[in-house]
Amino acid sequence: MSNFPWLTTIGVIPLVGAVVVMLLPRSKGLLAKQLALAFSLIALGMTIAMALQFDADATDPFQFTESASWIPALGISYSVGVDGIGLVLIGLAATLVPVVILAGWHDVDEELGSVKGYFALILVLQTLMIGVFAATDVFLFYVFFEAMLVPIYFLIGRYGGPQRAYAAVKFLIYSLVGGLFMLASLIGLYVVSGRQLGEGTFDFLSLVGLEMDSTTQRLLFLGFFFAFAIKAPLFPFHTWLPDAAKESTPGTAVLLIGVLDKVGTFGMIRYLLPIFPEASQFYAPVVIAMAVIGILYGALVALGQNDMKRLFAYSSMSHFGFIALGIFVFTNIGMSGSVLYMVAHGLSTAAVFLVAGFLMARRGGSSLISDYGGISKVAPVLAGFLLFAAMSSLALPGLASFLGEFMVLLGTFQIYPWVAVVATLGIVFTAAYVLRFYQRTATGPVPAAYAPGSAHPMTDVKAREVTALAPLVLLTIVLGVFPAPALDVINPAVEWTQQTLGVVDPPPQIDTTGGGQ
Amino acid sequence: MDDILIAPDIDYLALAPMIIVGATAVVGVLVEAFAPRRPRRGIQLVLTFGALIAAFVVLISQAGTRVITGSLAIDGPSLVLQGLILLIAIVSAMLMAERRVDPAGDAFAPRASALPGSEEERVLSTRGFMQTEVWPLMLFAVVGMMLFTAANDLLVMFIALEIMSLPLYLLAGMSRRRRLLSQEAALKYFILGAFSSAFFIFGAAMLYGFSGTISLPGIADALSANPGQTPLIFIGFGLVVIGLLFKVGAVPFHQWVPDVYQGSPSAVTAFMAAAVKVAAFGALLRFLYVAFGGARWDWQPALWIIAIATMLVGSILAITQTDIKRMLAYSSIAQAGFILVGVIAVNPEGVAAVMFYLAAYGFATLGAFAVISLVRQDGGEATHLSNWAGLGKRSPVLALSMSLFMLSFAGIPLTSGFIGKFTVFEAAILADAVPLVIVGVIASIIAAFFYVRVIVLMFFTEPAEDGPTVVLPSVFTTLVLAISVAVTVILGVFPQPVLDLVEQANVFLR
Repeated sequence: MSNFPWLTTIGVIPLVGAVVVMLLPRSKGLLAKQLALAFSLIALGMTIAMALQFDADATDPFQFTESASWIPALGISYSVGVDGIGLVLIGLAATLVPVVILAGWHDVDEELGSVKGYFALILVLQTLMIGVFAATDVFLFYVFFEAMLVPIYFLIGRYGGPQRAYAAVKFLIYSLVGGLFMLASLIGLYVVSGRQLGEGTFDFLSLVGLEMDSTTQRLLFLGFFFAFAIKAPLFPFHTWLPDAAKESTPGTAVLLIGVLDKVGTFGMIRYLLPIFPEASQFYAPVVIAMAVIGILYGALVALGQNDMKRLFAYSSMSHFGFIALGIFVFTNIGMSGSVLYMVAHGLSTAAVFLVAGFLMARRGGSSLISDYGGISKVAPVLAGFLLFAAMSSLALPGLASFLGEFMVLLGTFQIYPWVAVVATLGIVFTAAYVLRFYQRTATGPVPAAYAPGSAHPMTDVKAREVTALAPLVLLTIVLGVFPAPALDVINPAVEWTQQTLGVVDPPPQIDTTGGGQ
Repeated sequence: MDDILIAPDIDYLALAPMIIVGATAVVGVLVEAFAPRRPRRGIQLVLTFGALIAAFVVLISQAGTRVITGSLAIDGPSLVLQGLILLIAIVSAMLMAERRVDPAGDAFAPRASALPGSEEERVLSTRGFMQTEVWPLMLFAVVGMMLFTAANDLLVMFIALEIMSLPLYLLAGMSRRRRLLSQEAALKYFILGAFSSAFFIFGAAMLYGFSGTISLPGIADALSANPGQTPLIFIGFGLVVIGLLFKVGAVPFHQWVPDVYQGSPSAVTAFMAAAVKVAAFGALLRFLYVAFGGARWDWQPALWIIAIATMLVGSILAITQTDIKRMLAYSSIAQAGFILVGVIAVNPEGVAAVMFYLAAYGFATLGAFAVISLVRQDGGEATHLSNWAGLGKRSPVLALSMSLFMLSFAGIPLTSGFIGKFTVFEAAILADAVPLVIVGVIASIIAAFFYVRVIVLMFFTEPAEDGPTVVLPSVFTTLVLAISVAVTVILGVFPQPVLDLVEQANVFLR
């Protein structure tokens, strides 16, 4: 393995981009967008180059590792590295940022706020997202975890809808509360490590081997779990999500739900399970109950929404239930499915919110489903993308999300058959609200507001919009029919996690040629 | 032996920083008496900054000194805290020297004795008289503070307390704007301060009665020789600690804090909030660790209750405030609670954590009050929170700096406040005070709410039509802001050197 600092470089590129964009004069809005796109594409290219060198058969849990001392007095270091799970999530983040920039070309107008500020914030967010998935020092992870709040807070609070301040503050307070609980646990962990190793440390691999009595484990677990459950979000910590999603620009919503919220489930796999194996097993029934309630509750509430963004926020909450379920049944196939589903859900969320954003841009910014109808008649290609996004969201076989959901349910069925049965109901509800949504927006009579010949007729997709959506569509299909490369990367990391838990079961056998039959 | 007064062997070099500041203060008084009015301000500025900087330089050259000389202990904690006090004093002095933000001159009443609203006041004002007595007063307060952190016996501690407090009572009453509020603040501070001094000296007498000595190590020896609580030691300890906790602003001895913070000129409030906390915690640490370190099991439960009450009351009451200075006052009460968590740990980590926290808190406070002094309406400061709406749009740099200080107070990572909270909580966990840390985390969460509210107000609220103006400051306040921002960020991102420093200096000589 070369010694090139891949992760640091990939993380720094967007940050440099953000600084460059901010230094532009206010009038150069277009140049700011172009530069932001260029920097995010460079980061994507670097990510792909790094991913190609990833060795799926390596014995070390982490690759591309770098380490530098930061605050030795507190055992804090700048250490990064990726396992398969981190790699695919970094890939997801690196893919979604250029897509969001391209799709959000006109999200921000001059009167709404600084154009360059919007794109600079997205780039800063990308740096932090890469950092959070790459950190192998728990403190560094925490810093990125909390620092992410700042750009996302401004993205919602500055560029969002009419209730944006309320939504941004609600989001911030929720996340801060979770973060502070995590901080408390973090310090606890540090102290435990200090007692056992002689010197406190935040190094992830050192913390994995710690022996804690079950009371300590269970207490510290809770601190981390609160933070992750709020971030993910799991029922009942989800109430900030619909508001935040509703008030964000489509691009912000994509990054928020598509990537940021994955940090919660990523954190569960990376930190909760290996560091607190006994507590994870202890709390698993509770988490599984929360997940199943979330699956059903999110789907049922989504059924009743008349706002596209709220609908898909609740839908995401339901899907996060699946991801959490796959993690806490402690089977290889379930966890691999969860990781795959995280990626798939990121892609499908991106597709849904971006298409919704394109619709809203054509309808004066309204996100009310009742304002739409008959899109397939006036904008057939756009309606086609809408249908694809909707299908991806309801996990149509052959698409990536199906595979993820299927593996999760399979993994669950091995251990808790009845839970799998109940969770499957969620899929039925999902089909109901997704199809109803498509029916209400794309079919039926065309409203007078955008009928052909009216003042603002609905136009079909533009080349820019197709370019933004095309990678999402392609990846969703490719991962759906040929997931082997992704699973090959994910599986070793999942097995490693399962080993730390002391749970062993045969690795998942997926028919990689057929995808979902 | 008993009736012979032995001249103490004094290491004058170790005391040089205090001597420099004290002597300059005396010179400053003479300047007030003899120098003509016009050059007086210039002379005072040169004297003040010169003395503070010289004292700091000498202090640095003494960095390795660990000596007990007479009744003073020059050891790690006292050197670090004295250095911190000097730095805070230099920055506060810059804030006090600011003359551009108030159209009438500086922040101080031309003559504090003139009745508010009287003809005399108007005449003094129109003739452009300036207050210059504030400089020697401030230097005296600094001497008191430095002495307070080094005092190794109760009598010197009491004298230091008085040297520190008396000038502050005066300074609190010298605001040019809203003079009645300012004078009320001074009177309140004085009366309650006098009470606390009385508590302190009464307690000291009790402790003398028990141990036959006023020296802190002597009390410790007497305690280990005569174990078991006697009423004398119980009452004496309680009264002395009450006196110290009053200065710290801990609940239930906090009632003076909001009024005094609100009424005093912002520059003085900043100085008071930052430096008095340093000095008082220095004295409290020394008293608890040196004299009562062996008896910690007896006093820890009481301080637990006080720390918990301080954190919770400060955080909760801050939420209800509508005046930003009062909000910061309650915030400072809450912060005192967090620092007390480190004090209660009674381990070297606790001492180091408290010193780090004081530095982090001190500079964020200076910065926050510097910002407050710049947001003005009709000449005076616009301290009502509603006036701060939309400040981020009109003055983004100022609002960003204020946000940084708020985030630091809230303990968000990459700011100094975070590392401060971390080290304090860590020390407490090492001392098995886990419940205290849990309460601390809960209080931090409550406190985060009102700090974030200020940020929300500045950035996400539409500015009022007749909102306040942001005054462009002179180089003095600009420097204060720059220094505070720099310290807050550096201590948050690269705290290692300072952590090393406080770690090397975390043991009290006895």
